[in-house]
Amino acid sequence: MTEKTVLNATHRALGARMVDFGGWDMPINYGSQIEEHHAVRRDVGMFDVSHMTVVDLHGARARDFLRHLLANNVDKLKVHGKALYSCMLNERGGVIDDLIVYFLGEEHFRLVVNAGTRAKDLAWIEKQAAPFEVQVKERPEFAMIAVQGPHARAKVLDLLREVDRPRIEKLGKFAAAAAQGPHGMPLFVARTGYTGEDGFEIIVPQEHAVALWEALHAAGVAPAGLGARDTLRLEAGMNLYGQDMDESVTPWEANLGWTVSLDEGRAFIGRAALEQQKAAGVPRVMVGLVLDGKGVLRHGQKVLAANGEGEILSGSFAPTLDKAIAFARIPAGEAGDLRVDIRGREVPVRQVKYPFVRDGKACDGI
Amino acid sequence: MSEIPGDLKFLKSHEWARVEDDGLVRVGISDHAQGQLGDLVYVELPEIGAAIQAGNGVAVVESVKAASDIYAPVSGEIVEVNELLNDKPETINEDAFGAGWIYLVRPSDRAELDELLDAKDYEELIESDDH
Repeated sequence: MTEKTVLNATHRALGARMVDFGGWDMPINYGSQIEEHHAVRRDVGMFDVSHMTVVDLHGARARDFLRHLLANNVDKLKVHGKALYSCMLNERGGVIDDLIVYFLGEEHFRLVVNAGTRAKDLAWIEKQAAPFEVQVKERPEFAMIAVQGPHARAKVLDLLREVDRPRIEKLGKFAAAAAQGPHGMPLFVARTGYTGEDGFEIIVPQEHAVALWEALHAAGVAPAGLGARDTLRLEAGMNLYGQDMDESVTPWEANLGWTVSLDEGRAFIGRAALEQQKAAGVPRVMVGLVLDGKGVLRHGQKVLAANGEGEILSGSFAPTLDKAIAFARIPAGEAGDLRVDIRGREVPVRQVKYPFVRDGKACDGI
Repeated sequence: MSEIPGDLKFLKSHEWARVEDDGLVRVGISDHAQGQLGDLVYVELPEIGAAIQAGNGVAVVESVKAASDIYAPVSGEIVEVNELLNDKPETINEDAFGAGWIYLVRPSDRAELDELLDAKDYEELIESDDH
């Protein structure tokens, strides 16, 4: 049985092409994925991300529990509303999921995890939470709309209750706060995103989601599908769970070392395995690739290096750059000039530092 | 969805073939197919002079989403390819049955044309696809 978000009929009425996305019937585009991509880079677009799973954690030892559960350190969260990106690892150091955790009070944290990993995440979190006496509560009654682009914040601010505007306008990056939207609807507004542009991700009670979507649409925010979301996040250098990393991959091998906090004396799940791998030498690295010639890099294509073979993880045509880009996992060491096997043809590609695009523009060296 | 021209013949895999006045066969993909694929960003054209076999993949179209083989409706020799698609692959999205043609072939066995779907049968096929 395919699940539907509360905005499903709205997408269909807008003429969306719907696809199955991890068991959810979601819009891939509303006509042109490329136009939706450009709308977000140049102006403002919005995505229904209600399929994502919101989990609230309550308990006196909630922070202690998250110190144990997450590879990043929640002690970095000191101010109410502040958010942190982290991996949740298994004992072997493999990535169970990547998530965002919000600090809403010493006894209340909120997690937003991926839709495709919902069941295993909940089972894992509940199992780990039990000894800490932390209550794990999924919040399926919430919908979520991401409003992204250089004009995203202004469009959202216009719809907020006037007394909330200055406070939400001042909200720093990776921080969230409550506010009231149209008709007084209660919103949880986070200055986060998955596109490389500024903007907000808004958690809203389901019964208000259609009204919020329509108010944003009327204000000139372009509906954008999951297709554009994928090319935007790839250009922005952001990993996709299941494609760029999974339980067989450590954060070191997924370019997520920056999210691992090896602080003194914190025994988080997977730490021993990560330290062991680091000491022994990480065998594979994740790199960025640009194809300057014709063609498109795709998931699963073979990458040929001087020191062995690797493969393309996320790969796509990048609308902002008008050429193909990809993440690849290749053997660590002297890889030399790289080539990709595209349907039997060995095509030279350029290894680059990513992100590929930030704030609407190609990064240096891309 | 644009009207399906009555003079076209189709493969179930959504390629169209049109017999030109000079007996050559022009090949492209249907408007329905381009809609399914989404924005096209790259077309790998066949070589002029290549011998092709009906049912084999002879070109590739890549959308933002995926790469798709374009199968040959008829056997023969490639005599011309649509070079415009090298720079403007989106021409297929804009005009799949016209300016977005992919290649022109000199057919070696005209009887193969009789095995293709006519426009009416193809229309029924994609209608049942949509439901």
